[in-house]
Amino acid sequence: MTVASITVSETPLVLYALRRADDALILGHRLSEWCGHAPMLEEDMALANMGLDLLGQARELYAYAAKVEGKDNTEDTFAYLRDVRQYRNLLLVEQQNGDFARTMVRQFFYSAFADLYWRTMMTSRDATLAAIAAKSEKESAYHLRHSSEWMVRLGDGTEESHRRAQIAIDDLWAFTGEMFSVDDSERGLVDAGIAVDPETLRPQWLKIVSGVLAEATLARPANDWMQKGGRIGHHTEHLGHLLSELQSMQRSFPGATW
Amino acid sequence: MVNHVTRDMELRQRAWDAAAQVVDPEIPVLTIADLGVLRDVSVHDGEIEVAITPTYSGCPAMNMIAVEIEVALERAGFRKPMVRTVLSPAWTTDWMSDDGRRKLKEYGIAPPQAGSGRRALFGVEQVACPQCGSTDTETLSEFGSTSCKALWRCKSCREPFDYFKCH
Repeated sequence: MTVASITVSETPLVLYALRRADDALILGHRLSEWCGHAPMLEEDMALANMGLDLLGQARELYAYAAKVEGKDNTEDTFAYLRDVRQYRNLLLVEQQNGDFARTMVRQFFYSAFADLYWRTMMTSRDATLAAIAAKSEKESAYHLRHSSEWMVRLGDGTEESHRRAQIAIDDLWAFTGEMFSVDDSERGLVDAGIAVDPETLRPQWLKIVSGVLAEATLARPANDWMQKGGRIGHHTEHLGHLLSELQSMQRSFPGATW
Repeated sequence: MVNHVTRDMELRQRAWDAAAQVVDPEIPVLTIADLGVLRDVSVHDGEIEVAITPTYSGCPAMNMIAVEIEVALERAGFRKPMVRTVLSPAWTTDWMSDDGRRKLKEYGIAPPQAGSGRRALFGVEQVACPQCGSTDTETLSEFGSTSCKALWRCKSCREPFDYFKCH
Protein backbone atom coordinates (compact mmCIF):
# COMPACT_ATOMS: atom_id res chain seq x y z
CA MET A 1 0.00 0.00 0.00
CA THR A 2 1.25 3.45 -0.75
CA VAL A 3 -0.07 6.89 -0.01
CA ALA A 4 -0.39 9.82 -2.41
CA SER A 5 1.64 12.97 -2.10
CA ILE A 6 0.06 16.09 -0.67
CA THR A 7 -0.54 19.29 -2.57
CA VAL A 8 0.85 22.53 -1.18
CA SER A 9 -0.40 26.06 -1.80
CA GLU A 10 2.98 27.68 -2.25
CA THR A 11 2.26 31.29 -1.49
CA PRO A 12 5.52 33.26 -1.16
CA LEU A 13 5.74 32.98 2.62
CA VAL A 14 4.83 29.27 2.67
CA LEU A 15 7.39 28.58 -0.02
CA TYR A 16 10.01 30.65 1.78
CA ALA A 17 9.60 28.72 5.01
CA LEU A 18 9.48 25.37 3.17
CA ARG A 19 12.72 26.06 1.32
CA ARG A 20 14.61 26.72 4.56
CA ALA A 21 12.89 23.82 6.30
CA ASP A 22 13.89 21.50 3.46
CA ASP A 23 17.52 22.68 3.66
CA ALA A 24 17.62 21.85 7.35
CA LEU A 25 15.78 18.53 7.07
CA ILE A 26 17.84 17.19 4.17
CA LEU A 27 21.19 18.25 5.60
CA GLY A 28 20.14 16.93 9.01
CA HIS A 29 19.18 13.61 7.43
CA ARG A 30 22.51 13.40 5.62
CA LEU A 31 24.33 13.93 8.93
CA SER A 32 22.19 11.28 10.59
CA GLU A 33 23.44 8.78 7.99
CA TRP A 34 26.83 8.98 9.72
CA CYS A 35 25.39 7.73 12.99
CA GLY A 36 27.46 4.70 13.97
CA HIS A 37 29.88 5.20 11.05
CA ALA A 38 31.95 8.28 11.93
CA PRO A 39 35.73 7.97 12.17
CA MET A 40 35.63 8.24 15.96
CA LEU A 41 33.07 8.26 18.72
CA GLU A 42 33.35 11.99 19.49
CA GLU A 43 32.73 12.84 15.86
CA ASP A 44 29.83 10.41 15.66
CA MET A 45 28.20 12.35 18.47
CA ALA A 46 29.06 15.69 16.91
CA LEU A 47 27.48 14.79 13.57
CA ALA A 48 24.35 13.40 15.23
CA ASN A 49 24.12 16.50 17.43
CA MET A 50 24.34 18.84 14.47
CA GLY A 51 21.78 16.73 12.64
CA LEU A 52 19.48 17.04 15.61
CA ASP A 53 19.84 20.83 15.68
CA LEU A 54 18.95 20.95 11.99
CA LEU A 55 15.98 18.64 12.49
CA GLY A 56 14.74 20.96 15.23
CA GLN A 57 15.08 23.97 12.95
CA ALA A 58 13.24 22.10 10.19
CA ARG A 59 10.36 21.27 12.53
CA GLU A 60 9.91 24.90 13.56
CA LEU A 61 9.94 26.03 9.95
CA TYR A 62 7.55 23.30 8.76
CA ALA A 63 5.18 24.06 11.62
CA TYR A 64 5.21 27.71 10.61
CA ALA A 65 4.67 26.88 6.92
CA ALA A 66 1.69 24.74 7.94
CA LYS A 67 0.26 27.56 10.04
CA VAL A 68 0.68 30.15 7.28
CA GLU A 69 -0.79 27.82 4.66
CA GLY A 70 -3.77 27.19 6.94
CA LYS A 71 -4.80 23.86 5.38
CA ASP A 72 -4.51 20.27 6.56
CA ASN A 73 -0.76 19.98 6.09
CA THR A 74 1.47 19.48 9.10
CA GLU A 75 5.20 19.29 9.71
CA ASP A 76 4.93 15.53 9.21
CA THR A 77 3.05 15.63 5.91
CA PHE A 78 5.52 18.19 4.55
CA ALA A 79 8.42 15.91 5.41
CA TYR A 80 6.93 12.53 4.58
CA LEU A 81 4.39 13.10 1.86
CA ARG A 82 6.00 15.32 -0.73
CA ASP A 83 7.66 13.83 -3.76
CA VAL A 84 11.18 14.74 -4.84
CA ARG A 85 9.97 17.42 -7.27
CA GLN A 86 8.08 19.11 -4.43
CA TYR A 87 11.20 19.47 -2.31
CA ARG A 88 12.73 22.94 -2.34
CA ASN A 89 16.13 22.51 -0.72
CA LEU A 90 19.50 23.66 -2.02
CA LEU A 91 21.35 21.16 -4.20
CA LEU A 92 24.35 21.48 -1.88
CA VAL A 93 22.66 19.88 1.12
CA GLU A 94 21.41 16.80 -0.74
CA GLN A 95 24.87 15.85 -2.03
CA GLN A 96 26.03 12.48 -0.76
CA ASN A 97 28.20 12.22 2.34
CA GLY A 98 31.13 10.72 0.48
CA ASP A 99 34.16 10.56 2.73
CA PHE A 100 34.48 12.56 5.95
CA ALA A 101 36.20 15.44 4.15
CA ARG A 102 33.30 15.81 1.73
CA THR A 103 30.77 15.83 4.58
CA MET A 104 32.77 18.49 6.39
CA VAL A 105 33.24 20.69 3.30
CA ARG A 106 29.49 20.56 2.64
CA GLN A 107 28.84 21.45 6.28
CA PHE A 108 31.38 24.25 6.19
CA PHE A 109 29.98 25.88 3.04
CA TYR A 110 26.43 25.66 4.38
CA SER A 111 27.21 26.69 7.97
CA ALA A 112 29.25 29.70 6.86
CA PHE A 113 26.11 30.83 5.05
CA ALA A 114 23.57 29.76 7.68
CA ASP A 115 25.44 31.54 10.45
CA LEU A 116 25.31 34.87 8.57
CA TYR A 117 21.81 34.23 7.30
CA TRP A 118 20.18 33.47 10.64
CA ARG A 119 21.98 36.29 12.37
CA THR A 120 20.60 38.72 9.79
CA MET A 121 17.14 37.14 9.90
CA MET A 122 16.88 37.96 13.61
CA THR A 123 15.71 41.41 12.49
CA SER A 124 13.05 40.04 10.12
CA ARG A 125 9.71 41.83 10.35
CA ASP A 126 8.10 38.39 10.57
CA ALA A 127 8.12 37.67 14.33
CA THR A 128 8.10 33.87 13.95
CA LEU A 129 10.96 33.80 11.46
CA ALA A 130 12.91 36.21 13.68
CA ALA A 131 12.37 33.91 16.68
CA ILE A 132 13.44 30.81 14.72
CA ALA A 133 16.48 32.77 13.54
CA ALA A 134 17.47 33.69 17.09
CA LYS A 135 17.57 30.01 18.06
CA SER A 136 19.16 28.78 14.85
CA GLU A 137 21.87 31.42 14.91
CA LYS A 138 23.32 30.04 18.13
CA GLU A 139 23.40 26.54 16.71
CA SER A 140 24.84 27.60 13.35
CA ALA A 141 27.72 29.34 15.15
CA TYR A 142 28.69 25.99 16.67
CA HIS A 143 28.33 24.16 13.38
CA LEU A 144 30.50 26.72 11.62
CA ARG A 145 33.20 26.59 14.24
CA HIS A 146 33.20 22.80 14.26
CA SER A 147 33.39 22.45 10.48
CA SER A 148 35.95 25.29 10.17
CA GLU A 149 38.25 23.56 12.63
CA TRP A 150 37.97 20.37 10.60
CA MET A 151 38.82 22.28 7.41
CA VAL A 152 42.06 23.37 9.06
CA ARG A 153 42.84 19.91 10.47
CA LEU A 154 42.17 18.19 7.16
CA GLY A 155 43.72 20.78 4.86
CA ASP A 156 46.76 21.37 7.01
CA GLY A 157 46.95 17.74 8.10
CA THR A 158 48.44 14.91 6.08
CA GLU A 159 48.99 14.78 2.35
CA GLU A 160 46.04 12.42 2.03
CA SER A 161 43.63 14.51 4.13
CA HIS A 162 44.67 17.62 2.20
CA ARG A 163 44.10 15.87 -1.12
CA ARG A 164 40.65 14.63 -0.16
CA ALA A 165 39.56 17.98 1.27
CA GLN A 166 40.63 19.78 -1.91
CA ILE A 167 38.74 17.30 -4.11
CA ALA A 168 35.60 17.84 -2.03
CA ILE A 169 35.95 21.62 -2.27
CA ASP A 170 36.41 21.48 -6.03
CA ASP A 171 33.43 19.14 -6.46
CA LEU A 172 31.02 21.03 -4.21
CA TRP A 173 31.97 24.57 -5.13
CA ALA A 174 29.49 24.77 -8.03
CA PHE A 175 26.62 24.17 -5.58
CA THR A 176 27.41 27.19 -3.40
CA GLY A 177 26.04 29.89 -5.71
CA GLU A 178 22.45 28.76 -5.22
CA MET A 179 22.52 29.97 -1.61
CA PHE A 180 22.66 33.56 -2.83
CA SER A 181 19.94 33.49 -5.48
CA VAL A 182 16.59 35.22 -5.13
CA ASP A 183 13.58 34.61 -7.38
CA ASP A 184 10.45 36.71 -7.90
CA SER A 185 8.62 34.87 -5.16
CA GLU A 186 11.23 35.93 -2.61
CA ARG A 187 11.86 39.41 -3.96
CA GLY A 188 8.57 40.66 -2.52
CA LEU A 189 9.46 39.26 0.91
CA VAL A 190 12.86 40.92 0.75
CA ASP A 191 11.23 44.24 -0.12
CA ALA A 192 8.80 43.82 2.78
CA GLY A 193 11.65 43.28 5.26
CA ILE A 194 10.53 39.71 5.95
CA ALA A 195 13.39 38.03 4.12
CA VAL A 196 17.08 38.81 3.75
CA ASP A 197 18.54 39.43 0.32
CA PRO A 198 21.21 36.70 0.44
CA GLU A 199 23.26 38.51 -2.19
CA THR A 200 24.14 41.03 0.51
CA LEU A 201 25.69 38.19 2.54
CA ARG A 202 27.93 36.96 -0.24
CA PRO A 203 30.97 39.23 0.36
CA GLN A 204 31.14 38.23 4.00
CA TRP A 205 30.59 34.55 3.19
CA LEU A 206 33.45 34.68 0.71
CA LYS A 207 35.64 36.37 3.29
CA ILE A 208 34.93 33.70 5.93
CA VAL A 209 35.40 30.84 3.47
CA SER A 210 38.58 32.32 1.98
CA GLY A 211 40.03 32.95 5.43
CA VAL A 212 39.49 29.41 6.67
CA LEU A 213 40.64 27.83 3.40
CA ALA A 214 43.81 29.92 3.48
CA GLU A 215 44.54 28.83 7.03
CA ALA A 216 43.87 25.27 5.93
CA THR A 217 46.32 25.64 3.00
CA LEU A 218 43.45 24.77 0.65
CA ALA A 219 42.69 26.55 -2.60
CA ARG A 220 39.45 28.34 -3.30
CA PRO A 221 38.23 27.31 -6.77
CA ALA A 222 38.41 30.04 -9.38
CA ASN A 223 35.41 28.94 -11.44
CA ASP A 224 32.20 30.87 -10.89
CA TRP A 225 29.79 28.81 -12.96
CA MET A 226 27.10 27.74 -10.54
CA GLN A 227 24.57 24.92 -10.59
CA LYS A 228 21.02 25.59 -9.43
CA GLY A 229 17.50 24.19 -9.52
CA GLY A 230 16.80 22.87 -6.03
CA ARG A 231 14.62 25.84 -5.11
CA ILE A 232 12.16 24.94 -7.90
CA GLY A 233 12.33 21.18 -7.42
CA HIS A 234 14.96 20.29 -10.04
CA HIS A 235 17.24 18.08 -8.00
CA THR A 236 20.31 15.95 -8.49
CA GLU A 237 19.69 12.20 -8.59
CA HIS A 238 20.70 11.85 -4.95
CA LEU A 239 17.63 13.40 -3.34
CA GLY A 240 15.17 10.75 -4.55
CA HIS A 241 17.24 8.01 -2.94
CA LEU A 242 17.44 9.95 0.30
CA LEU A 243 13.67 10.50 0.36
CA SER A 244 12.91 6.87 -0.40
CA GLU A 245 14.60 6.00 2.87
CA LEU A 246 13.32 8.99 4.86
CA GLN A 247 9.72 8.43 3.73
CA SER A 248 9.46 4.66 3.39
CA MET A 249 7.64 4.09 6.67
CA GLN A 250 4.93 6.68 6.10
CA ARG A 251 4.53 5.71 2.44
CA SER A 252 4.17 2.01 3.26
CA PHE A 253 2.16 2.35 6.46
CA PRO A 254 0.26 5.64 6.13
CA GLY A 255 -0.23 7.39 9.46
CA ALA A 256 1.86 4.86 11.39
CA THR A 257 2.75 6.05 14.89
CA TRP A 258 4.71 4.49 17.73
CA MET B 1 -13.52 41.50 41.05
CA VAL B 2 -10.76 41.65 43.63
CA ASN B 3 -11.61 38.11 44.72
CA HIS B 4 -11.42 37.00 41.12
CA VAL B 5 -7.96 38.49 40.67
CA THR B 6 -6.74 37.03 43.95
CA ARG B 7 -8.04 33.63 42.98
CA ASP B 8 -6.27 33.75 39.63
CA MET B 9 -3.03 34.75 41.34
CA GLU B 10 -3.33 31.88 43.76
CA LEU B 11 -4.10 29.47 40.93
CA ARG B 12 -1.15 30.75 38.98
CA GLN B 13 1.20 30.32 41.93
CA ARG B 14 -0.05 26.80 42.61
CA ALA B 15 0.34 25.88 38.96
CA TRP B 16 3.81 27.43 38.81
CA ASP B 17 4.89 25.48 41.89
CA ALA B 18 3.62 22.24 40.36
CA ALA B 19 5.23 22.84 36.96
CA ALA B 20 8.49 24.04 38.53
CA GLN B 21 8.98 20.59 40.11
CA VAL B 22 9.32 18.89 36.73
CA VAL B 23 12.89 17.80 36.08
CA ASP B 24 14.89 17.62 32.87
CA PRO B 25 14.76 13.91 31.91
CA GLU B 26 18.38 14.05 30.75
CA ILE B 27 19.74 15.96 33.76
CA PRO B 28 17.41 14.83 36.54
CA VAL B 29 19.03 17.02 39.22
CA LEU B 30 17.77 20.14 37.46
CA THR B 31 14.17 21.29 37.44
CA ILE B 32 12.84 23.18 34.44
CA ALA B 33 12.72 26.24 36.71
CA ASP B 34 16.45 25.87 37.48
CA LEU B 35 17.14 25.61 33.76
CA GLY B 36 15.08 28.63 32.80
CA VAL B 37 13.01 26.45 30.46
CA LEU B 38 9.84 27.32 32.40
CA ARG B 39 9.00 30.79 31.08
CA ASP B 40 5.49 31.61 32.17
CA VAL B 41 2.29 30.31 33.71
CA SER B 42 -0.97 32.09 32.97
CA VAL B 43 -4.60 31.62 33.91
CA HIS B 44 -7.42 32.14 31.41
CA ASP B 45 -10.94 31.59 32.78
CA GLY B 46 -9.59 29.17 35.34
CA GLU B 47 -7.58 27.22 32.74
CA ILE B 48 -3.83 26.96 33.03
CA GLU B 49 -1.38 27.62 30.24
CA VAL B 50 2.31 26.94 30.73
CA ALA B 51 4.94 28.41 28.40
CA ILE B 52 8.26 26.63 27.98
CA THR B 53 11.22 27.42 25.74
CA PRO B 54 13.56 24.85 24.17
CA THR B 55 17.25 24.88 25.05
CA TYR B 56 18.24 23.70 21.56
CA SER B 57 15.91 23.50 18.54
CA GLY B 58 16.17 19.74 18.29
CA CYS B 59 16.26 18.92 22.00
CA PRO B 60 14.31 15.66 22.26
CA ALA B 61 13.66 16.28 25.95
CA MET B 62 11.12 19.00 25.15
CA ASN B 63 8.31 16.60 24.24
CA MET B 64 8.96 14.65 27.41
CA ILE B 65 9.01 17.84 29.50
CA ALA B 66 5.68 18.99 28.03
CA VAL B 67 4.05 15.67 28.92
CA GLU B 68 5.55 15.75 32.42
CA ILE B 69 4.17 19.24 33.00
CA GLU B 70 0.68 18.12 32.00
CA VAL B 71 0.90 15.17 34.34
CA ALA B 72 2.22 17.32 37.22
CA LEU B 73 -0.57 19.86 36.79
CA GLU B 74 -3.27 17.22 36.53
CA ARG B 75 -1.92 15.64 39.68
CA ALA B 76 -2.15 19.04 41.37
CA GLY B 77 -5.83 19.19 40.42
CA PHE B 78 -5.76 21.28 37.24
CA ARG B 79 -7.88 19.99 34.43
CA LYS B 80 -6.69 20.05 30.83
CA PRO B 81 -3.59 22.20 31.28
CA MET B 82 -2.10 23.62 28.07
CA VAL B 83 1.62 23.61 27.36
CA ARG B 84 2.85 26.07 24.77
CA THR B 85 6.36 26.37 23.32
CA VAL B 86 7.76 29.87 22.90
CA LEU B 87 10.93 30.55 20.92
CA SER B 88 11.44 34.21 21.66
CA PRO B 89 13.44 35.41 23.45
CA ALA B 90 15.81 32.54 22.69
CA TRP B 91 16.90 30.50 25.70
CA THR B 92 20.32 31.24 27.09
CA THR B 93 22.41 29.62 29.83
CA ASP B 94 22.31 33.03 31.57
CA TRP B 95 18.82 32.05 32.73
CA MET B 96 20.11 29.11 34.71
CA SER B 97 19.68 29.78 38.41
CA ASP B 98 22.62 29.85 40.83
CA ASP B 99 21.00 26.96 42.61
CA GLY B 100 20.91 25.10 39.28
CA ARG B 101 24.61 25.76 38.67
CA ARG B 102 25.50 24.43 42.10
CA LYS B 103 23.37 21.31 41.62
CA LEU B 104 24.95 20.67 38.21
CA LYS B 105 28.45 20.82 39.67
CA GLU B 106 27.55 18.50 42.52
CA TYR B 107 26.11 16.09 39.95
CA GLY B 108 29.46 16.03 38.12
CA ILE B 109 28.65 18.39 35.23
CA ALA B 110 30.67 21.59 34.89
CA PRO B 111 28.21 24.49 34.80
CA PRO B 112 28.16 26.92 31.85
CA GLN B 113 30.47 29.87 32.05
CA ALA B 114 30.27 33.13 30.20
CA GLY B 115 32.93 34.75 28.09
CA SER B 116 33.76 31.99 25.63
CA GLY B 117 34.09 33.20 22.06
CA ARG B 118 31.57 31.31 20.00
CA ARG B 119 33.19 32.07 16.67
CA ALA B 120 36.89 31.83 17.47
CA LEU B 121 38.49 28.67 16.09
CA PHE B 122 40.21 26.33 18.51
CA GLY B 123 39.06 28.71 21.26
CA VAL B 124 40.52 28.27 24.70
CA GLU B 125 38.08 28.03 27.58
CA GLN B 126 38.93 27.63 31.22
CA VAL B 127 36.56 25.05 32.59
CA ALA B 128 37.15 23.71 36.06
CA CYS B 129 36.89 19.96 36.60
CA PRO B 130 33.72 19.28 38.62
CA GLN B 131 35.48 16.37 40.36
CA CYS B 132 38.77 17.83 41.59
CA GLY B 133 38.44 21.53 40.76
CA SER B 134 41.57 21.70 38.60
CA THR B 135 41.48 24.05 35.61
CA ASP B 136 44.06 21.92 33.80
CA THR B 137 41.38 20.52 31.50
CA GLU B 138 40.87 19.98 27.77
CA THR B 139 38.02 19.57 25.28
CA LEU B 140 37.48 16.10 23.89
CA SER B 141 34.44 16.98 21.82
CA GLU B 142 32.32 20.09 21.50
CA PHE B 143 29.32 17.82 21.21
CA GLY B 144 28.52 15.55 24.10
CA SER B 145 25.91 13.13 25.37
CA THR B 146 23.09 15.65 24.86
CA SER B 147 22.68 18.77 22.71
CA CYS B 148 23.52 21.05 25.62
CA LYS B 149 26.74 19.38 26.73
CA ALA B 150 30.34 19.07 25.56
CA LEU B 151 32.78 16.33 26.52
CA TRP B 152 35.87 17.37 28.49
CA ARG B 153 38.74 15.68 30.29
CA CYS B 154 40.63 16.71 33.38
CA LYS B 155 44.38 16.39 32.89
CA SER B 156 44.92 16.52 36.64
CA CYS B 157 42.64 13.71 37.90
CA ARG B 158 42.30 12.14 34.42
CA GLU B 159 38.51 11.92 34.72
CA PRO B 160 36.35 12.75 31.72
CA PHE B 161 33.40 15.03 32.46
CA ASP B 162 30.44 16.75 30.83
CA TYR B 163 30.46 20.51 30.44
CA PHE B 164 27.14 22.32 30.09
CA LYS B 165 27.89 24.56 27.11
CA CYS B 166 27.47 28.28 27.29
CA HIS B 167 24.68 29.15 24.88
